[in-house]
Amino acid sequence: MSIGTSDVAAAHEEVAGPVIEGRSPWALAFARLRRDKVAMLSLAIIIVIVVVALLAPLFSAITGHGPNEQYHTANALSPGGLPRGPSGEFWWGTDDLGRDVLVRTVYGARISLLVGVLATALTVAIGVVLGLTAGFLGGLVDTLLTRLIDVVLSVPFILVAVALVSITGPSLSITVLVIGFFSWASVARIVRGQVLSLREREFVEAARSLGSSDRRIMFVDILPNVLSQVIVYTTLLIPVVIVVQATLSFLGLGLPPPTADWGGMISEAQSYYTVAPWFIAFPGAALVITTLAFNLFGDGVADAFDPRTDRLISQ
Amino acid sequence: MTRTTTAEGQGNTGSDEPLLRLRGVKKHFPVQSSALIRGEQEYVHAVDGVDLDVRRGETLGLVGETGCGKSTLARCIARLYDLTEGTIELDGRDISTLSRREMRPLRREIQMIFQDPYGSLNPRRRVGSIIGEPFAIHDIGSRRERKKQVQELMELVGLNPEHYNRFPADFSGGQRQRIGAARALALKPKMLVCDEPVSALDVSIQAQLINLLADLQDELGLTYVFITHDLSVVRHISDRIAVMYLGKVMEVAPVEELFETSRHPYTRALLSALPLPDPDLADRREQIILVGDMPTPVHPPSGCRFHTRCPKAQPDCAEVVPPLEKAKDDDSADHLTACLYPMDPDERLSRARATVADSEIVADDSALGGVS
Repeated sequence: MSIGTSDVAAAHEEVAGPVIEGRSPWALAFARLRRDKVAMLSLAIIIVIVVVALLAPLFSAITGHGPNEQYHTANALSPGGLPRGPSGEFWWGTDDLGRDVLVRTVYGARISLLVGVLATALTVAIGVVLGLTAGFLGGLVDTLLTRLIDVVLSVPFILVAVALVSITGPSLSITVLVIGFFSWASVARIVRGQVLSLREREFVEAARSLGSSDRRIMFVDILPNVLSQVIVYTTLLIPVVIVVQATLSFLGLGLPPPTADWGGMISEAQSYYTVAPWFIAFPGAALVITTLAFNLFGDGVADAFDPRTDRLISQ
Repeated sequence: MTRTTTAEGQGNTGSDEPLLRLRGVKKHFPVQSSALIRGEQEYVHAVDGVDLDVRRGETLGLVGETGCGKSTLARCIARLYDLTEGTIELDGRDISTLSRREMRPLRREIQMIFQDPYGSLNPRRRVGSIIGEPFAIHDIGSRRERKKQVQELMELVGLNPEHYNRFPADFSGGQRQRIGAARALALKPKMLVCDEPVSALDVSIQAQLINLLADLQDELGLTYVFITHDLSVVRHISDRIAVMYLGKVMEVAPVEELFETSRHPYTRALLSALPLPDPDLADRREQIILVGDMPTPVHPPSGCRFHTRCPKAQPDCAEVVPPLEKAKDDDSADHLTACLYPMDPDERLSRARATVADSEIVADDSALGGVS
């Protein structure tokens, strides 16, 4: 018998009906979130970024420039081979190889978001399962996993990432795996702490006295109670992951060129920022705005799940 | 799938055979000692050799001060804890060594109602799914049948069945205990272990819940082990009462007999703390104030557990563990006392003087001088 979130859903569905419905803690949190103007604005910005990333080929079609195409016309590169500033043809200017900064920035959003979501999902999945296991089972399992968390947290991440990528070569999947492997420990630590206190609650004893299995207690009784913390941490983790991905790219450990991504673009623009500020400004601004929006939204989510917030934003 | 009707539980097998039989039940918890000092592993003797029978259809009240091990005993009965020693027989079958998996089918027989109406319900789940959880665990019925059964259970315990989609936070403490009761009754158990089910509730609500439990007992033929430190509650609901002190049963007797002719000095002291509604009677009554704290269950006293605080302790009380047996000839067969020097009804404890070396003067007669 497999137990997972589908069982939770089933347990809820089993009594679904419109009769007299209590507002779930989720619904309450969502209602609070909707009243938070900053969070809603951030969410709007995030949605715009996502839409733009999805519609990247449209930008390419409108400008007529592919993300990796190099133009050697007078509009694209100066006679001395330097990038050209924003113009009617290249709205955000060009880079050192005569490529369209706008189109590359838009395509870069895809990479940032994709890595941000995938690596965060991986991080949270590993962290939740291991944190839940350590906290709930306790004993030797807990000791071993806690030590493992300590070890992972003390590994110099960038150094190991450099070493790993130099062996395997840069790729999307290695970026996601590296970030996931080095970030789960903090999630696991948070979840474990929560579970340690939750497993002493009487409802866990009640589940036991009904004959519930350990796995069922972990996933049906305890997991929903740590989920709000996990969600808060997840929304705050996405911008961190995006920055880490940009950092790896900046160090040349991101995606192999000529793939457009923000960290890589900033890295390429290093030697040109005095003569071609647009080259670094646009991808840099995109990175800052994206992480800022995610961070502010994450703060809003954290507030929304904090029951004390109700008094702060009362009607 | 239909389950056995409740009336059947009373009729089968010999009625003399107790539903639950505890023999020498012990539960010791290891004390977390600091890693630096490597001494002998110490244990909290939470339950330390309990013999009890619970008969079909009766309510056995389990009383005692905080820390006497009554909740631990409850959890041993419900097999939430593994026993350190001893046996628990349910319907003549030893369940004390069953693994969790083997125990699962027997969960239907013994269920538990918990003390904390806030902690015992998962705050993230809807009431319908909390009450329906036993069906989900034991894979009983289809989804639609379960919902119907959940609503019937809610009605049975006096909740509005239309509230099945609400969350525990939407209910009051008393209603939550009803939810807990409905969940415990879902599997139609023979026995309910109630661990201080009303102590967290308002007095007015306590009565409602106790009456509900009494009605359910009549209706479903349930057997209760009812734990409380509230003597008036236990007097109201119980058929027999067992008094616990430091992990041992001091005295067990039918309710009225215990209240009228208690034999054990500890029982006497406990009963004297019961408030009486009649002020004249209350004034005339002997009030026994025990001196000192309950000794630590890590190093329980030798002999009779109570000898360090007993007003009439004698030297041999510190050496001989008194067996739980009939103390005087005129006691009924159900009245068992673990005391070497059982008391007569008119004996006054405050006049007694302990002669055991390590006990202090422990009584005060407020009937004469009044409480200061």
